[in-house]
Amino acid sequence: MTTDPDTAPALRLRNVSKTFGGVKALQNVDFEVRAGEVHCLAGENGCGKSTLIKIVTGVYTPDPGAEIELFGHPLDTISPTKARALGIAVIWQDLALFPHMTVAENIAFDDMVGVMPRVSFGSRYKARVQAVLDRLNVPLDLNTRLGDLPIAQRQIVAIARALMGEARLVFMDEPTASLTQSETDSLLDVVRTLSSQGIAVVFVSHRLAEVIDIAERVTVLRDGKLVGVYPTEGMTQSRLGELMTGALLENSVSAQDRSSAEPVLVIKDLSRHDEFRGVSLTIRRGEVLGLIGLIGSGRTELAHALIGMSRPDAGEIQLEGAPVRFASIRDAIARGVAYVSEDRLTLGLIQPQSIADNTVISVLDRVLDGLGLMAPKRQSQLVSHWIEELAVKIGQPEDAVSTLSGGNQQKVVLAKWLATEPRLLILDSPTVGVDVGARAGIFRIVRQLADEGLAILLISDEVTEVMFNADRVLHMAEGRIVGEYDPHATSVPDLEARIYA
Amino acid sequence: MPDIFRTHPVEARLAVVLLLLIVGLSLGTDTFMTMGNITSLLNNNAVNLIWAVGLLVVLIAGGIDISFAVAASVVQYVAAQIFMGIGGGNWAIGFVVAGALGICLGLVNALLIHGFRVISIVITIATFNAFFGLLMFFTHGRNIYNLPDWWTDRIFIFERQAADGTWSELNLSVAVMIVCVLATWGLIRLTTLGHQLYAFGDNPEGARRAGVNIWQMQIVAFGWCGMMAGIGGLMQVNIAQEVVPNALYGRELDVLAAVVLGGARLGGGRGTVVGCILGVMFVAITQNGLNLLGISPFAFQMIIGATILLAISSSNLSFGRRSRSEKAGAA
Repeated sequence: MTTDPDTAPALRLRNVSKTFGGVKALQNVDFEVRAGEVHCLAGENGCGKSTLIKIVTGVYTPDPGAEIELFGHPLDTISPTKARALGIAVIWQDLALFPHMTVAENIAFDDMVGVMPRVSFGSRYKARVQAVLDRLNVPLDLNTRLGDLPIAQRQIVAIARALMGEARLVFMDEPTASLTQSETDSLLDVVRTLSSQGIAVVFVSHRLAEVIDIAERVTVLRDGKLVGVYPTEGMTQSRLGELMTGALLENSVSAQDRSSAEPVLVIKDLSRHDEFRGVSLTIRRGEVLGLIGLIGSGRTELAHALIGMSRPDAGEIQLEGAPVRFASIRDAIARGVAYVSEDRLTLGLIQPQSIADNTVISVLDRVLDGLGLMAPKRQSQLVSHWIEELAVKIGQPEDAVSTLSGGNQQKVVLAKWLATEPRLLILDSPTVGVDVGARAGIFRIVRQLADEGLAILLISDEVTEVMFNADRVLHMAEGRIVGEYDPHATSVPDLEARIYA
Repeated sequence: MPDIFRTHPVEARLAVVLLLLIVGLSLGTDTFMTMGNITSLLNNNAVNLIWAVGLLVVLIAGGIDISFAVAASVVQYVAAQIFMGIGGGNWAIGFVVAGALGICLGLVNALLIHGFRVISIVITIATFNAFFGLLMFFTHGRNIYNLPDWWTDRIFIFERQAADGTWSELNLSVAVMIVCVLATWGLIRLTTLGHQLYAFGDNPEGARRAGVNIWQMQIVAFGWCGMMAGIGGLMQVNIAQEVVPNALYGRELDVLAAVVLGGARLGGGRGTVVGCILGVMFVAITQNGLNLLGISPFAFQMIIGATILLAISSSNLSFGRRSRSEKAGAA
């Protein structure tokens, strides 16, 4: 059955299943992408999204009975090279680019791979690379080393590389996970450009606002099964979240008035050259203070000053009534400040080490025996306490952290810091790369910790996150606090308008 | 050309330092800038550069080879047996035999690294010991003087008599060095294999997903390094006039130092032939200059060590500064 290639969908999958040793990763899934469409594939981690992508790109072979049709041509099997030849390209989450090679070398790289080695002159491929970049309408210097570019521009390079192979169907696996709002916007523009040139894009993202913004239709998977295909027109974030998790997500303002509680952290007129100026704020016992600001607003720099990573030039920090000056991070930790950093994967965890080792690294002095040596029993008690407390889904505490999902990794980071028994917890963008269901879990923990009396500073650039999880919201821009909001007295669109203005 | 300082910071800085060194020595001594000194510098360092470009390919592909210098000794010994067995031979047979033997030894490394998925430093330390042990076992540490004439006869590609009657000349090894350098440059810059080698060294998983054949990469890298080891070994006999089993023991670290000095990155993905040439020249001229200035030869090792520290850490420092300021700009 061959349909007319002009009107045929870019991709049509029917009855696709994939079983891994008895575990059904995908069950009878149908999936269709129209030519030139931006189609979103949504679902929680482990729902089968990546398995589906890997089947289409030939990394996995589906179970018998699957029908695959590409641009109207039925296919029996796909291999990675065949997929590329057929115009399918994948932009992997970790990009799979080459940091020490130039932009041009990266974009042209797939041309360099073939059965027969041959001579290749830079002058020949550079013109083609330039043509692709022109098509995307992004100016990039061809001779810049890739490693010198920010992540956002590396994404563009990855897209350009896909286009060099004459891709007609591009899969993007969480391309915006590590981008700022403005970078995301320009990436979405590039995606629209692709779509207008007749290239179909399958977009995977955890950010539901983005999904609704960019895609025409969204296919939702849950537990390896197809939930449905929905047009994004009229779709809301909470509805999409419900479809993905199968549970009603409580997206309501949870702010409570803590103004009578005693202050834990008071900062007055804190300034640091080129980073932030005249910042004053108070966080009280049991309070979640939301700090929202775009990247570059000084929010992360402020957090660094509060944990002793940098020293403010002027102003005062008081912790439970006493003025403090942190000499180092250790000093800040000893005084009860904990900081869950922005970049969980590289800064927050030691990926190849075990869950147990990662959990106790911040409190090594508390798991020693009388001789000052490591006491395995104390360690395992501490670890199992926190794993239980935070409901971390793990196999064995000895497993490497890298085996966990994003949400569970974030919980291990939290456990590591909570083990220090802090009074003030600073969370910097805690849900980057964490899926919707796991986000809810993390915020449940945040609320629970606050109820136990912890003061929490929640830093984020997502309005919904602070709206629904903070008691008060401060807006930071260009190094200053420019506004304070009560989540009960404002709305998401209102706050978004102020912040992204 | 400030662009060079951005794209190839180590090479560019080394070139400046080298230029200053050359100018300084030319003005400071009356023996440095003489035909005799320059030709002997070239003759004495031709073999080092042949090995250096071979090692460069391995470094670019993200590996390291500790075994190539003793492999060259093995090639010398086995080649000598073969030449005696076939009753002489000639240069053409010599290059084929030495190159092929070198490739074989390189492939032993590639096979072990790929087959057992063990990092190259471990495997090549093992083969370094194995090659050297076997060589000493079979030769009993004895030198071979009885070599075919073609192998030990001096061939000059250039000779000139100075006004004072002294001769200066360039050996065949210099010509061989030029061919090896050009061939390596062609391999890594002009062929698709070269691009794949850089990519494989830079991001092995990314290269694998793009369809690069990992096994082929190890074969090319270690095969090339082995071939250069063999050819270098062949030329070293032409210079030394004898086969001494332990003569090349330890040379691997000198060559490695020169290559790293020239900007090749341990860990892969970075390194140039020009950098290699500059690195070998720097080491050679520093040593030569110290001799001419009458400074203790012990100072030499110290200077090379300090220069490696300076060259590598200064390029890392500037990179760190850039990424930090980038972060500050973005954050």
